[in-house]
Amino acid sequence: MKDHTRTGLDLPQVGEEQLILLERLCNACAVSGDEGEVRAIVLDELQEPVRHKGGSIKIDAMGNVLVVCPASQSQVGPYLKVMLAAHMDEVGFMLISDEEKGIFRFDIVGGIDQRALVGKSILVGREHIPGVIGANPIHLTKPNETSQSISLDNLRIDLGAENKGVKIGDRATFATRFTRLGPSLRAKALDNRLGVATLIELVKHSPNNIELQAAFTVQEEVGLRGARVAAYTFDPHLAIAIDSTPAYDLPHWDDGEPGWENAVYNTRLGAGPAIYLSDSSTISDPRLIHHMVQTAETLGIPYQFRQPGGGGTDAGSIHKQRAGIPSLSVSVPGRYPHTAASLARISDWEHTLALLYAALVKLPSDIISVDR
Amino acid sequence: MTDLLPYLKELMTVPGLSGYETPIRQMLEERWTPLTDHLSVSRIGSLHGLKRGSLPEPKPSILLSAHMDIIGLMVTKVTQGFLRVTEVGGLDPRVLPGQLVIVHGRQDLPGLIVQPPPRLLPSHAQNGPVPLEYLLVDTGLAEAELSRLVRSGDLISFAQPPLETGGETLTGPYLDNRASIAALTHCLEELQHRPLAWDVWAVATVQEEETLAGAATSAFQLRPTLAVALDVTFGASPGSPSYRTHPLGKGPALGWGPNIHPYLFNSFKKLAEQLEIPYQTEVMPRMSGTDAIALQITAQGIPTMVLSIPVRYMHTPVEMVAIKDVHRAGRLLAEFIAQLGPDFMDTISWEESSAQPAIEA
Repeated sequence: MKDHTRTGLDLPQVGEEQLILLERLCNACAVSGDEGEVRAIVLDELQEPVRHKGGSIKIDAMGNVLVVCPASQSQVGPYLKVMLAAHMDEVGFMLISDEEKGIFRFDIVGGIDQRALVGKSILVGREHIPGVIGANPIHLTKPNETSQSISLDNLRIDLGAENKGVKIGDRATFATRFTRLGPSLRAKALDNRLGVATLIELVKHSPNNIELQAAFTVQEEVGLRGARVAAYTFDPHLAIAIDSTPAYDLPHWDDGEPGWENAVYNTRLGAGPAIYLSDSSTISDPRLIHHMVQTAETLGIPYQFRQPGGGGTDAGSIHKQRAGIPSLSVSVPGRYPHTAASLARISDWEHTLALLYAALVKLPSDIISVDR
Repeated sequence: MTDLLPYLKELMTVPGLSGYETPIRQMLEERWTPLTDHLSVSRIGSLHGLKRGSLPEPKPSILLSAHMDIIGLMVTKVTQGFLRVTEVGGLDPRVLPGQLVIVHGRQDLPGLIVQPPPRLLPSHAQNGPVPLEYLLVDTGLAEAELSRLVRSGDLISFAQPPLETGGETLTGPYLDNRASIAALTHCLEELQHRPLAWDVWAVATVQEEETLAGAATSAFQLRPTLAVALDVTFGASPGSPSYRTHPLGKGPALGWGPNIHPYLFNSFKKLAEQLEIPYQTEVMPRMSGTDAIALQITAQGIPTMVLSIPVRYMHTPVEMVAIKDVHRAGRLLAEFIAQLGPDFMDTISWEESSAQPAIEA
């Protein structure tokens, strides 16, 4: 923790230790419904610090990890219960038919562009058995075929030979390993291991002024299921979903044209945490947006608004739970989510962590008593 | 004796795109120095390793050619912090999105190939596979840094790390043709303690994937009596046409067709049967798609053979090979060479009777 004399806050930072944790998280395989590997890392990281804080950790019926860090007993007056949610699951595959000799038909779990599957290495099951999704050689491909996408029906996972440890129902993920690229990170599942790593740090640095309810959720990618029950259990005053959202800040095909601009970037790498205004699942609570923006501007932390539009986060199921929970989402921008290799900027992650921490520390206890 | 699996994995991670083979050649020079009597480099970069035979001059020689160049991409434009690219060698653009690469700029930069979302593409490219001209390479670097380190014309190679898969198979990029380079190295090792009558030229050729320039020029310079091209062939895989592919693990494929001298085909076949080395036959009705195309028509013509190792998913970053096929290809080649006697060329003929090879027992 660095001493920010300017702000009077010790903002948590992203250093070697955090990057190593993120690497472990990204390289773990946790397809929706099979989040065990990430859950194990979360428990490993948090059991000791949470016990030290007098908090609690439990795993619920869905497999969510629910952590409570109590407000300080010296906290005067009522305090807020703030739920933070980060989903542990990632998109991936499930083996659906054994065609013998290590060849399997598979289906997709979560939203994956089928055009980006072919020619990738994958890891199958809890033992991480390596395999590939192959393609016919270009030499045996007719010229008109290359203008047609290869359908999922025509793709197979190939393990090289029969493996007794692999069976129908096993999950698989892309095999891509975490790598540093200068100021950036390249890995599979940055959506949402960035969120998980952020939430782990926030639990470790939990502020005294609130009861922090951290939900490491399951099955976000297949319908925001874990967050729904976690929010019921926690019954918080307000909630923030921490996720990773696409950055479409790429050149346009037509980038030579004068006057052209990419007006559909969603978010941009290097521009800081993305604060949600609205997406297809949630209209963010304006009081929370206002507080987040004010915190960022006061402390000089860069931020950006995620362009209003499609997509969704755990906030989509949280804000409708019980009698309603004021909710907001904050994301680390990331390019190419839901593909074999996504890319994010370390500075965006650090600023996201810093902004969330500062916003919690400075959370006015009457924030949800005022009109929206 | 080299353990082929780690050696091949190493070979798969050394670049050397067509026309720019120096990195792989330097690695081979080191490996082949103790295995050959003399090493030299051709005018256009092919590596020639000579192992001397015992016959008096003029001595017959056999040229073993395995191309060391690989396919990949080349930067065509540095734009707004990204790279636009074109292909070097034959690639299916549908395989490219999401591939890990190394950009060989002023320094090696890891990156990845990406397909922009439909919203950033012209309407005709928004559905179906994104054509190569719209794909981008992202290095994660800021725009100014990228412009400083990368220029148009810089090369890009695939960087998917090799993975060991089931049944002693190996998967990753560049088994085409590094599997044959491994087999050729294995052959040289096998020959270390065998008496040789003929001179042996182990040649790692350049530019096979583009123009076959390496095979043509080395064969001209060295003027061998016989030539063998080692390459990879299509491994049988889900959905591949069975009549054009060969199962992995069933041995190397002996080429048969107009690029191949039928007497050599028969000699290899008989030898494989005699030594109980599994083999397959690959029919090549027009041309072999290998260095043999150029070897055969060099100077006054050279009797040529093609020996191929089956590889699944060729020209993708997840090619797959059975290690034992690499072993067998190297061993069969070594056995063939070891049995070449002074009279071998006298027995080569186009007569029907020549179907009986005159290899020394």
